[in-house]
Amino acid sequence: MTARVEEKLYQNRYVVDVGRPHIRIAPHVEPSPNLLAMTRLCPAGCYSLSDGGQVEVVPDGCFECGTCRVLCEPSGEIEWNYPRGGFGVLFKFG
Amino acid sequence: MTVETFDAIVVGAGMSGNACALTLAKRGLKVLQLERGETAGSKNVQGAILYADMLEQLVPNFREDAPLERHVLEQRLWIMDGTSHVGMHYRSDDFNEEKPNRYTIIRTQFDRWFSRQVQEAGATLLCETTATELIRDPSGRVIGVRTDRGGGVVHADVVVLAEGVNGLLGSRTGLRPIPRPDHVALAVKEMHFLPAETIDARFNLREDEGVVIEAIGTISRGMTGMAFLYTNKESLSVGLGCLVSDYRDGAETPYGLLDAFKKHPSVAPLLAGAEVKEYAAHLIPEGGYRAIPQLCGDGWVVVGDAAQFNNAIHREGSNLAMTTGRLAAEAIFQLKSRRLPPTAANLALYRKMVEESFVMKDMKKYKDMPALLHTHSKNFFLTYPELMSKAAQNFLRVDGVPKREKERATWRSVVRRRSLPGLIGDAVRVARAWR
Ligand SMILES: Cc1cc2nc3c(=O)[nH]c(=O)nc-3n(C[C@H](O)[C@H](O)[C@H](O)COP(=O)(O)OP(=O)(O)OC[C@H]3O[C@@H](n4cnc5c(N)ncnc54)[C@H](O)[C@@H]3O)c2cc1C
Ligand code: SF4
Repeated sequence: MTARVEEKLYQNRYVVDVGRPHIRIAPHVEPSPNLLAMTRLCPAGCYSLSDGGQVEVVPDGCFECGTCRVLCEPSGEIEWNYPRGGFGVLFKFG
Repeated sequence: MTVETFDAIVVGAGMSGNACALTLAKRGLKVLQLERGETAGSKNVQGAILYADMLEQLVPNFREDAPLERHVLEQRLWIMDGTSHVGMHYRSDDFNEEKPNRYTIIRTQFDRWFSRQVQEAGATLLCETTATELIRDPSGRVIGVRTDRGGGVVHADVVVLAEGVNGLLGSRTGLRPIPRPDHVALAVKEMHFLPAETIDARFNLREDEGVVIEAIGTISRGMTGMAFLYTNKESLSVGLGCLVSDYRDGAETPYGLLDAFKKHPSVAPLLAGAEVKEYAAHLIPEGGYRAIPQLCGDGWVVVGDAAQFNNAIHREGSNLAMTTGRLAAEAIFQLKSRRLPPTAANLALYRKMVEESFVMKDMKKYKDMPALLHTHSKNFFLTYPELMSKAAQNFLRVDGVPKREKERATWRSVVRRRSLPGLIGDAVRVARAWR
């Protein structure tokens, strides 16, 4: 059973702040276990592993839930902000 | 740059922020409320059950026009394993009362209504505005906030942090820590749409009556977690949440677990044919009493989820948020009317009011539950559900084996899986934490 998260996100509404990602990953050679866990844990599937073995983030489908912040901000591995006011996910039902 | 000054700035237009801003505005204070979403509610996610009593204290006639879905007639608690569930249902016609006690709601719609009450009471709401920084004077007192609207600064006597579980402002300023991974659960949720008549028929309901299902068991794969299914008028809210620390140490994806819950033979027939219109995720504070941060300081107070006010055992959050928001407003108003400055010492009145309310009493009652469920999660969320299912099946299946032998076999398998001292230990631990 594979749940395809991209299909789930298809229903949602977003206003993407093009060119201003609100989450950035600090440069790294080997991802830490926490950062690596985000490729599995992000409910919107924003984190993935590159061919070179680094973790990348594309926060376009982000729910702004803060899970990656809780796991990876204290160690300085990511920089986490809210999108600018009005941008990001717009829940219809919530 | 003109700097406008308010009696209070409320950061956030969720349950706690709206309760606070409404109470302040009703008492004639000059209130600015900031909300980063396009509208109040557009960033918020909830199950969701609304507890009428706490809202009634804020908007006595809310039943006239609030967007309520169904009132709760029946509560089901399910303990699930892979193919079965052992359940308790409580259904009572007493819940068909004139002023029902609990309703299901759709958060985005409810928040927009709640926010309208706040604005009608006279508070100024600025949406699409993120507060980015607390402004402090040289003595450290909070005197306002900076926003992402062209670097705009607004000043106030007191700032109310109603920014929710993942609030950045308070933690950036060092007023409270970023939540620990074992103090927050990640919940994912979908909205499944079905005609009202189909929902009525599937759940044995009449117009506006609702069912809520709460489920624990092997569906969380041994992690501390819970799934839910709530009936709205023409939709079902279906979701599942587990501690972030458990997710981190495990191998599951949140959407994978949600899909497995939806496919469970006890759940799938309830959802059959529904159209999914949204998938969402949010954190829930689950650290309990021991995770509550400092509640106030010079020029600031923190309310709701931002202060970890959430009763995970009874899955109550929005009512604690509304209550703490209201109490903060009442404390601020008292200081104002006595012309006392909002210093840490004076604002301690808010903490005192929270301590005397049901909020802190309930938080205290369960102060040991989060740690217990967390450290023994495999017993509570894997072993016991499996054993319960086995025992129930053994009891119910008619197969010519004498009953006494069946009971003995059940008991043997229980002791084999968890050992007698282990069982007694868990029972004592739960009893202690529950007391
Ligand atoms: C899946 C799920 C199911 C739940 N089910 C229930 C339930 O059935 N019953 C119940 O009582 N509780 C439930 N809860 C808990 C309940 O949702 C919360 O306790 C409640 O919403 C907390 O209210 P709050 O005002 O503190 O925070 P929120 O409602 O999260 O509001 C915070 C607001 O602040 C805004 N904000 C944040 N930062 C900024 C900033 N810097 N600038 C401007 N605006 C900002 C946000 O956009 C948001 O609108 C559930 C929670 C979840 C996630
Ligand atoms: S905030 Fe949540 S949804 Fe957004 S990238 Fe982090 S984990 Fe994923």
